[in-house]
Amino acid sequence: MKILIKNGRVLDPKNGIDGVMDVYINGGVIERVDRNIRTRGTEEEVIDAKGLCVAPGFIDVHVHLREPGYEYKENIKTGTAAAVKGGFTTVICMANTNPVNDNKSVTEYIVKQAKKDGSCRVFPCGAITKGLKGEELSEIGEMYESGIVAISDDGKSVKNSQLLRKALEYVKLFEIPVISHCEDEDLSTGFVNEGRASVISGLDSIPTIAEEVIVKRDMAIAEYVRSRIHLTHLSTKGSIEAVREAKKRYGKITCDTCPHYFTLTDAATLGFDTHTKVNPPLRSHEDVEAIREGLRDGTIDIIATDHAPHEAASKDVEFNLASSGISGLETALGLSMGLFHDGVLDLIELVRKFTENPARVFKLPFGELTPGRAADVIVFDPYIEWTVDKNTFLSKGKNTPFHGWKIKGKNMITIVEGEIKYRAR
Amino acid sequence: MEKKILQLLDRKALGRTIARITHEIIERNKGCEDLCLIGVRTRGVNLGNRIKAKIKEIEGIDLPLGILDITMYRDDLFKLKVPGVKKTDIPFDVNNRTIILIDDVMHTGRTARAAIDGIMDFGRPKKIQLAVLVDRGERELPIHPDYAGIRYTANPEEEVLVKLKEVDGKDEVVVVKAK
Amino acid sequence: MNWTKKDLLSIRELSKEEILLILDTAESFKDISRRDVKKVPTLRGKTVITLFYEPSTRTRTSFEIAAKRLSADTINISSSTSSYVKGETLKDTAKNLESMRPDVIVIRHSMPGAPHMLAKILDFSVVNGGDGAHEHPTQALLDLFTIREKKGKIDGLKVVIIGDIAHSRVARSNIFTLRNFNTEIVCAGPPTMIPPYLEDLGVKTEFDINRAIKNADVIMMLRIQKERGGVSFIPSIKEYSNLYCLKPEHVKKAKKDVIIMHPGPMNRGVEISDEVADGPYSVILDQVENGVAVRMAILYLLVGGEA
Repeated sequence: MKILIKNGRVLDPKNGIDGVMDVYINGGVIERVDRNIRTRGTEEEVIDAKGLCVAPGFIDVHVHLREPGYEYKENIKTGTAAAVKGGFTTVICMANTNPVNDNKSVTEYIVKQAKKDGSCRVFPCGAITKGLKGEELSEIGEMYESGIVAISDDGKSVKNSQLLRKALEYVKLFEIPVISHCEDEDLSTGFVNEGRASVISGLDSIPTIAEEVIVKRDMAIAEYVRSRIHLTHLSTKGSIEAVREAKKRYGKITCDTCPHYFTLTDAATLGFDTHTKVNPPLRSHEDVEAIREGLRDGTIDIIATDHAPHEAASKDVEFNLASSGISGLETALGLSMGLFHDGVLDLIELVRKFTENPARVFKLPFGELTPGRAADVIVFDPYIEWTVDKNTFLSKGKNTPFHGWKIKGKNMITIVEGEIKYRAR
Repeated sequence: MEKKILQLLDRKALGRTIARITHEIIERNKGCEDLCLIGVRTRGVNLGNRIKAKIKEIEGIDLPLGILDITMYRDDLFKLKVPGVKKTDIPFDVNNRTIILIDDVMHTGRTARAAIDGIMDFGRPKKIQLAVLVDRGERELPIHPDYAGIRYTANPEEEVLVKLKEVDGKDEVVVVKAK
Repeated sequence: MNWTKKDLLSIRELSKEEILLILDTAESFKDISRRDVKKVPTLRGKTVITLFYEPSTRTRTSFEIAAKRLSADTINISSSTSSYVKGETLKDTAKNLESMRPDVIVIRHSMPGAPHMLAKILDFSVVNGGDGAHEHPTQALLDLFTIREKKGKIDGLKVVIIGDIAHSRVARSNIFTLRNFNTEIVCAGPPTMIPPYLEDLGVKTEFDINRAIKNADVIMMLRIQKERGGVSFIPSIKEYSNLYCLKPEHVKKAKKDVIIMHPGPMNRGVEISDEVADGPYSVILDQVENGVAVRMAILYLLVGGEA
């Protein structure tokens, strides 16, 4: 299958390309990126991308596809359909399924289901500890053989520092990173950020230090054992400052944040809308500013969604009882374009946080438009305005605090391995 | 601005009418030692004050005057924008007394019904007599005034307004076009 | 000034005018409770449901009396009689109650925001009877009514709130009523019970009870919220009582005409001594009496009329 994408602004950070060019896709791989590529007349499709951007397919390093076990919230089919709609061609799915992805049979199941049902590439993340219980290491080597690209007990931290040390040491054998969810469970006994909003709402609160003490501990242990750590969904000013300092000394630290942490503040929780309940919680204005600065100066390497779909019933309850999480795959690109419109990042840097950087951290041979590489390509419009309607989500999770929001920037076409998997109507 | 159709009473005529009602009250009750006055908010209270002063002038007796707010007793409460409730103040025991209930205009009888219910919640008066300045007819309940200053049969497009100096800056009774 | 809100969920969303309208309306209703016939037909044919997921005597009874004095029918549902214990969700309970066509539902719940959740899904009026550590709007309104009644004014007063501020919905609602006026609000208690960022609400904080009380016009004592984990914030009740129990010698430091308030139920000897609770400055029982009038006013404003 041959596709020619003409006249788009090609953004390929890995290869340093930012200019109006054409992209030729042939047989599932990128054949050529150049000015004025002429059609051969045999293409199945010639796409006129005039006024649009052409970029490597985005990589989301943090999603919950919920399969196996929680298919009423999401499954691989619906989750990856949402991913390609949102502009993602590769996702890394977390281990908190049921059963937990802490052994090769679950890993193999996910890989097999993704091949069968998936619209995009799916790479599982294995659990650090068996059953996410924080007691003993899971069989990381066997899972690695079956296809995991990282390990994480996402949903909680590994409380036992000795065990975390062992995990960080052990993964050196496979050269995969440990993804750290940073939360001190003793300090984190609430539902919203501790701040002015929680004083008003009376909701039990989670202070920023609940995240920051673990950020600092995990970086210290990783540095000590000279291993790779990736801190996920960072949300506080203190975390960003700590990472900025640590990176100066030690190079194997990377981190990500999510669109909601640079878009919403904890003021959004004042109406007790359970769709604003997420872990870590939405933080203060000061934190949001620090996250944006961290994205701007490169302290934050990656933007991930922490796509956490839930069934309506788990949000249709009291705030305290509601499940945490936001269904994020279908709004991430648009919300992130806000960083471009606000002057925080130019387009090439923004695209880098979705492509080159995640590919580098997780050693994935994607996220670039290099000839010969898989043709994972998206075409997006950074300017088009649209209204978020949760009812149009392809994800089973309609849980979004952005329903009804007007957003500027939208994915138009998604090509995975040379095949058009999504096209905006 | 309301559109005035005609004036029923001017300042002088209004004064004479109140004087006549007062005389009738004294006459009917053979004096006024046992009487208590209760005015219905707002203008019934002002009229009550005038009748009270007139009785003092004629008989030399200072009768107690109570204030009744009928909002809590209205039967059309749920058709209205929530009306403000003002204080009811009846500073005397109504049991076994003759009450002169005073209002400005009597129309359907519903206000009088609400007022009578209101008074009954304070006790069991011997008698309640109703005094109004204007009876404009078109009753919806079998209640009639014992003392009426004037009678005027208004049609539905008309509204009868009693204006008093204390509230409105001048004394008169007028018929205006209903809004 | 007309009332236009469907629900009474929090003080924070009320304007100063709305607060004063409730207080002024309550003035008219207060007299009814002092008559021989303590009933007016105002809300005849209306139904008020109290749905209480937390134990309460005072608030529930107060609402029930208020509704009955307005001739409304009342139904009380408490957590032990409700289906909540059988696992029915709040939403389902509410939808079921809605089918019975009530006019007002008064809800008390241990979790902040539960009344808001109901208000969003129900067409009839919802009154917050206390939701977790969030708000207790009717308590703050009756407190303000009592302050105005006893002091003849609100502006210019120094109000000191003492106790477990962090877990107190009464403190929050009182802060939100009082800051509409020119008042000095001081919150005092053990440092572990004064939440961070409290001063963002425009109040002063103080750890020392003696310093806090100095020149106070109003002292509000709060209860230790054992059910909200309050006890784990202090070493022991005994130590708390040593440091924060309001005794006559404290009251001397306040203004000569200080009034002492308590939302109840009191833990005598823990946060307040018998001498103070039963002493000449105490207006604690006036608060209870005024509670009925304020709740009558609220029910009247919410259901009395088609806005």
